[in-house]
Amino acid sequence: MRAKEKVGIKSYAGYVPRYRITPKEIGKVWGKDGETMGRGLRINSKSVPSPDEDVVTISTQAATWALERSKLDGEDIGAIYVGSESHPYAVKPTATIVGASIGATPLMTAADFEFACKAGTAGFQTCMGLVSSGMMKNGMAIGADTSQGAPGDALEYSAAAGGAAYIIGTEDLLAEINYTCSYTTDTPDFWRREGKKYPSHGGRFTGKPAYFKHITECTRNIMKESATTPEDYDYAVFHQPNGKFPVKIAGKLGFEKEQIEPGLLVTRIGNTYSGAVPLGLASTLDQSEPGDRILVTAYGSGAGCDSFDITVTDSIEDIKNDDIPSIQEVISDEEFITYSIYAKYRDKIEGGR
Amino acid sequence: MTTPRFWREIEQRYRGIGVQCENCSRVYFPPREICPHCRRKSFGRMKEKELSGKGKILTYTKVHEPHPEYKMLTPYIMAIIEMEENVRLTGHLVDIDYEDVKPGMEVEVTMRRLGEESPKGIIYYGYKLVPVK
Ligand SMILES: [Zn+2]
Repeated sequence: MRAKEKVGIKSYAGYVPRYRITPKEIGKVWGKDGETMGRGLRINSKSVPSPDEDVVTISTQAATWALERSKLDGEDIGAIYVGSESHPYAVKPTATIVGASIGATPLMTAADFEFACKAGTAGFQTCMGLVSSGMMKNGMAIGADTSQGAPGDALEYSAAAGGAAYIIGTEDLLAEINYTCSYTTDTPDFWRREGKKYPSHGGRFTGKPAYFKHITECTRNIMKESATTPEDYDYAVFHQPNGKFPVKIAGKLGFEKEQIEPGLLVTRIGNTYSGAVPLGLASTLDQSEPGDRILVTAYGSGAGCDSFDITVTDSIEDIKNDDIPSIQEVISDEEFITYSIYAKYRDKIEGGR
Repeated sequence: MTTPRFWREIEQRYRGIGVQCENCSRVYFPPREICPHCRRKSFGRMKEKELSGKGKILTYTKVHEPHPEYKMLTPYIMAIIEMEENVRLTGHLVDIDYEDVKPGMEVEVTMRRLGEESPKGIIYYGYKLVPVK
């Protein structure tokens, strides 16, 4: 899919809570060798939200920074879409609270999106349509999560918190989105029923026919549409449920390790679900130069992928020394906690649901 | 806290909307109807002003006896800061250990969960203070 008009990223910013726990610390409680588990998943630590943080607060911090970076006013934002699978309310949109907190309400449209880990990039595409059709000048797409694994479940070692916000527009772009495409099937690899605290998953089924097949198909499709090969890209960002999958899929598709390195945050912060690709792309943009080309493929269980072919513009230089913290600066502020503190925080989060 | 009162204060709590006296330029947060310096001269001249949300710590203290909503975060730090607009703000300082807090340290306002009406009720969001990243 290609927009009729030039469309792309005007601004972006990401936020990750500062608390961290290691797989070793989690394993200790369950009598498991967490260190080996962590090595297998290639996760050294995962982020943990403080009891006063949730998808609303993470989204608001990222949105506030993205708006400040863009030099726009809240009123200039015509749409806000927040993609997440851990919205604090089952009914009452996160996007309305984010909109009020950045001064974008009331003359705007807003909605919460849900598509497992690709709900954030679904917001990118919606905003691309709205701005390139001329219906509005700027739209904001956010991907954020504070996901939980059931205590003792394998997901507990990786489920983390974080998010990023993007302002999509047609002018003053930091990066142009040349193409986007999606790939969608009905695949029950991972789900959470209404009213249930923790998700369920198909175990090994989440690998081959889900993550790998969908990312392969979608990424090959966008390279076909944009007539590119992996060598045409300076960087690539793939969904990162653990540190193993994105490295494996990159290799399989013909990308080098160096291309995915700047966007591979999962080893330090864990799987931030809807936040994962938006944060990975933000970290890659932070390190990019004018003219760099970036390939992005987000994956969401259920299942589907969104791919983007992006070219960085000269304007990226203008934001390099602004006051907005880079993703590396945000994630380097870390405090390691014990399992008992983690359990206290997690129970508080559950209590609020 | 009742729900309607919370609604009225949303803009203030989320975005730090204060007022500025057009007579003397002083900024107030929370907003006031009249300027205590200019009194009658400020009638009808108190205009909405969005604060930058950035400031420096003037003084701070560790709180051991928590407000029930803050039980999970106890002990916590309350700080008084001087904002860029020369207005003082008292807030809950988070994401830092008490030992690492220093007067003059740069902090900024962020939005956090303040509490909830009940497990079934609305969630209250509002500002807290964090060190500048
Ligand atoms: Zn005055």
